[in-house]
Amino acid sequence: MAVITIDKVSRWFGNVVAVNDVTMTIGPGITGLLGPNGAGKSTLIHMMSGFLAPSAGAVTLDGARIWRNQEVYREIGLVPEKESMYDYLTGWEFVLANAELHGLADPGAAAERALALVEMGYAQDRHTGTYSKGMKQRVKMASALVHDPSVLLLDEPFNGMDPRQRLHLMELLRRFGADGRTVLFSSHILEEVEQLARHIEVVVAGRHAASGDFREIRRLMTDRPHRYLVRSSDDRQLASALIADGSTAGIEFDAAEKALRIQAVDFQGFTTLLPKVARAAGIRLYTVSPADESLESVFSYLVSS
Amino acid sequence: MNTTVARLTARGLFGRRRVLILLAVPVLLLVISVLARNNGMDELDLVHRILGTLALGTLVPITGLIVGTGVIATEIEDGSIVYLLAKPLPRWKIVTTKLAVAVGSTWLLSAVPIYVAGLLLYGTGDEVVLGYTVGALASGAAYSAVFLLLGVLTRHAVIAGLAYALIWESLIGSYVDGAQTLSVQQWGLSLAEAVAADGTVIAPVGLATALWLLVVVGVGATVYASVKLAGLTLSSDE
Repeated sequence: MAVITIDKVSRWFGNVVAVNDVTMTIGPGITGLLGPNGAGKSTLIHMMSGFLAPSAGAVTLDGARIWRNQEVYREIGLVPEKESMYDYLTGWEFVLANAELHGLADPGAAAERALALVEMGYAQDRHTGTYSKGMKQRVKMASALVHDPSVLLLDEPFNGMDPRQRLHLMELLRRFGADGRTVLFSSHILEEVEQLARHIEVVVAGRHAASGDFREIRRLMTDRPHRYLVRSSDDRQLASALIADGSTAGIEFDAAEKALRIQAVDFQGFTTLLPKVARAAGIRLYTVSPADESLESVFSYLVSS
Repeated sequence: MNTTVARLTARGLFGRRRVLILLAVPVLLLVISVLARNNGMDELDLVHRILGTLALGTLVPITGLIVGTGVIATEIEDGSIVYLLAKPLPRWKIVTTKLAVAVGSTWLLSAVPIYVAGLLLYGTGDEVVLGYTVGALASGAAYSAVFLLLGVLTRHAVIAGLAYALIWESLIGSYVDGAQTLSVQQWGLSLAEAVAADGTVIAPVGLATALWLLVVVGVGATVYASVKLAGLTLSSDE
């Protein structure tokens, strides 16, 4: 069992705090590291993969410190976000070199197995510089898997992939997770993460915002109070009709915008209530727009809850 | 030594357009030597100018700079060094392997052509050409170690290396005597003096000082580069 433990870890760069007192445990199966861009996901992955020292706290793999400990790479396979990967080598040469660098007994067989696993055998004799983004990602995967690691770390692996490549990679990761390996990948897209990971860790602005089963996170994200901006033929009458119902928490009449700012208690209730109420009162709706649907506001709600 | 690291390094060094610049240096030296011979100048003076000032003073440091930074700085710059570092390989092994490739390449591209150019210009007399070749071997190795270290330390290794070679060694070194003691070029020249017949090559730095400094700088730079590589931090795009 390979377990990565992040214990009270902070990391700052000069005056900027990138990761702020985060504690989490990543165990076998697939874990999604979710957060908006700039939240500190890469910083966390860099610390988990031994390419960044924590400013405070400890990052360990099965109790062994990861920073400045090259022995951990016997267990860890890393798929970095950057694409550069010795463009002058062919896919085969690249994966073979990785196998040799691990000091494997039979690097040729290991490279062949890894390339077959990611279904890149057909293009293994082409230079990696000529690969598409998805092909590069798969060959990077092969290089990370060549020594059969128990931990796989992937930094934004789906970035720039087309839907077909995305599905293929998800399928691959699912298999590794099912094998009992510890797989951690980062993403800023909720849909991507919940398709793949049972367990989700959310980071926002360097802080650990939420942790748990994907259903739990999904519920937290949809059940938060929603804000809407509504314009209608009779704003004041609509307001009085809405406030009578339990699914509305507050209504403000914004004179400058000539609109209602409505805070709904739950998403489901309010979206069915609004048209009903309007029709019953004979009011025409001109604008109904969610005021805080950006990913950042969803995440910041999680932080404050 | 790790053969895989050596192979990747050598291919990276010679597999790019950089190789054209690297090959231009020895070709230039040989062409100049062929053109300059038999032009009526004093032969020994000609050897000093071409092998001393031009080769030892400019071509060896330039080659050492391109090769020394080329074996590691490029990989750190584009991030592909991750694939070497995410392995259970001792960091000193990576550094010494890359250094061996750098030293070998610098010798091949500067010391060997210097010997050939010397034979064309002067023959084997007074061990002058042998002296300059030994000087190029020693300073080429030291430059490789120093510039490899610069490649690990800074993203601006080429600029820093050029500043050292041009400003410190060539400019300050030619006016300030003390600066010459801390100049790789002068250590090489000191070895050349020791090998060549008495009075044919003059070096301002004593042999013992030069040898000590060559060893201290070469070993020190390699050890420090290993330590810094073990703590290499990936830059985050965030």
